Amino acid sequence: MKLQRAHVLVSVDPETVMAGAKEVEERLIKEIESRGLSDEIKVLETGTLGISGKGVVLVVYPEGIYYENVKPDDVPKIVEEHLLKGRPVKELMLPELPVRAVKRETVGLTRKQVRIVLENAGVIDPENIEEYIAVGGYEALEKALTSMKPEEVIEEVKKSGLRGRGGAGFPTGLKWEFTRKAEGDIKYVICNADEGEPGTFKDRLILEGDPHKLLEGMMLCAYAIGARKGYIYIRGEYALSIKRMQKAIDDAYKYGLLGEDILGTGFSFDIEIKKGAGAYVCGEETALIESLEGKRGQPRFKPPYPVTHGLWQKPTVVNNVETLANVPSIIKNGAEWYKKFGTEKSTGTKVYTILGHVKYPGLIEVEMGTPLREIIFSYGGGIKNGKKFKAALVGGAAGVFLPDRLLDVKMDFDNLKEYKAVLGSGAILVMNEDACMVDMLFSIIRFFYHESCGKCTPCRIGTRELLELIKKVRKGEGEESDLDKMIKISESMWKSSFCPLGQSLIMPVKSAIENFREEFVKHLDKEFHCENCRR
Amino acid sequence: MKMHIPEDNPQYKALKREIIRYRRKPGPLIQVLHRAQEIFGYLPPEVQFFVAKELNVPLSSVYGVVTFYNFFRTEPVARHIINICMGTACHVKGAANVAEALSKELGIKIGETTEDKMFTLSTARCFGACGLAPVMMINDEVYGKLTPERAVEIVKKYREEHGGA
Repeated sequence: MKLQRAHVLVSVDPETVMAGAKEVEERLIKEIESRGLSDEIKVLETGTLGISGKGVVLVVYPEGIYYENVKPDDVPKIVEEHLLKGRPVKELMLPELPVRAVKRETVGLTRKQVRIVLENAGVIDPENIEEYIAVGGYEALEKALTSMKPEEVIEEVKKSGLRGRGGAGFPTGLKWEFTRKAEGDIKYVICNADEGEPGTFKDRLILEGDPHKLLEGMMLCAYAIGARKGYIYIRGEYALSIKRMQKAIDDAYKYGLLGEDILGTGFSFDIEIKKGAGAYVCGEETALIESLEGKRGQPRFKPPYPVTHGLWQKPTVVNNVETLANVPSIIKNGAEWYKKFGTEKSTGTKVYTILGHVKYPGLIEVEMGTPLREIIFSYGGGIKNGKKFKAALVGGAAGVFLPDRLLDVKMDFDNLKEYKAVLGSGAILVMNEDACMVDMLFSIIRFFYHESCGKCTPCRIGTRELLELIKKVRKGEGEESDLDKMIKISESMWKSSFCPLGQSLIMPVKSAIENFREEFVKHLDKEFHCENCRR
Repeated sequence: MKMHIPEDNPQYKALKREIIRYRRKPGPLIQVLHRAQEIFGYLPPEVQFFVAKELNVPLSSVYGVVTFYNFFRTEPVARHIINICMGTACHVKGAANVAEALSKELGIKIGETTEDKMFTLSTARCFGACGLAPVMMINDEVYGKLTPERAVEIVKKYREEHGGA
């Protein structure tokens, strides 16, 4: 292997490709060649770096210098000045180092991030299995297969306190234990990669940036519960994710990490990708299972739970991408190590998508228990263009609108519960003073109305009723009683809907109307002017 | 129910090959429909009927699945499909204005196709490209940070570059 003195990483994902990442990469290779530096400097493609809205982003190692908004014509200058003469091109540099990895603690978007799940994203070439192995990949698998019993793997995950990152926060180790103990020889692992929560793309970052980590997590789960077959359910729109995952799976087979008798230990496991077809309700695990079976994705009656009667009525674990991506580090470093991060009851880290009217939109991974205010104002850089903060929608569409006075909430499963909020998908949508809460709530209700699967009456009828009411208020034809009616309807939906889709609409409805009631009342006045609501 | 299927047509032949590939696997319906839509562009009754027959599942199940998921289409679409993201992040950045401007420019409502079969205007749930909000996709290309003017400009450019039918 040649020794290179520098590496240039080009972030390649749908966003940067659109901004011309491929052209920049070609130009880089050409310019480096023409200066005879090809033996010293290597250009690598990597997954998205978690920086959004900054065009093509490059990182130059070993310095770890980030360039943003790079155009092909900027390339000669970067090569000439930085790579040849060692003088970073200041005008193209990102103001702060947004991402560093592998537990080296550094300055994040002004603060340090703790990276467990995303430690390799933006650092290694996701299409090269050897790079994953070089940074310690598949060590956890080897450790588990050669020195741990399946029960010990489960015990370690239980001790680590890992809870599901898909929204509900169920203890992962417990789920695995139930499945292990369930009767039957055939068991399944399903990875839920049907990321459809509006305003979320954390799973995409893992799928595209570090696919092997997810595979390793699934393998560990399979070994622990005694499964031979795993499925990754990816939404059909994520074309690049599907391509990268498929490449990772193919490579894993070539290296003997999937298939029969893995690492000569007698453990066998296969993984297959299934393309989703676009239904929000399929995020619910039994609906996802129905969809995997090739049917309409409508939720099943519970109990029995998937841990005993899942795919094809066999015991099944369904875990979110982020959950599974936590597992290799837990097994490799031990539960005690993992518990050092986060809070007592919500251990580890959480990946957030910060979007909306913030200065630095993008993804961050921080410890559980980090205050929301810090996430928005330190990592997100606060509100863009000197405007005032108005509200944050936390947890996705089925999330809670929080005003400024509630921003000191610590972000973990239990603290949020006190605010009747959830971590959900980890989406944080920040709104400035120009946003209208009535209009935002309208957008959310319309989404739920569209995605309600129609199986149960409270959700099917409830979403329609709520949509009619919010339209009325939005148009200036509402009455004060309509606001209370909306809360009441969402409460009945919470009590009586079949699955979390209908049950969770109460969160945005109630928090919007209660925390911003004044604004809703203003909209009742026919003469009230609101640009967002077009009146 | 009888329906005439031209089975020696190359599209049906291609679909048949796919069906044979998937048939032995459990729960193949959705995966087969994905391939069918790639081949035909949409899923007309004949194709659904063919899939039902070949997979030996009731036509009602096929129709049920096709109409349940956003991704499957039962109407023919234009050469270029414009999908405007209506996720919350795009909404807060003005996706509705983009939709309105395009609707006006093309003279069609959301869900409709222009008379010359050049464009279908449609909305979609979140693409996961929220950093670029508001976003639209034309076919497989993503366009971000839109303003109503920029969106109209892009569509006009499509009409010029990709030929006015």
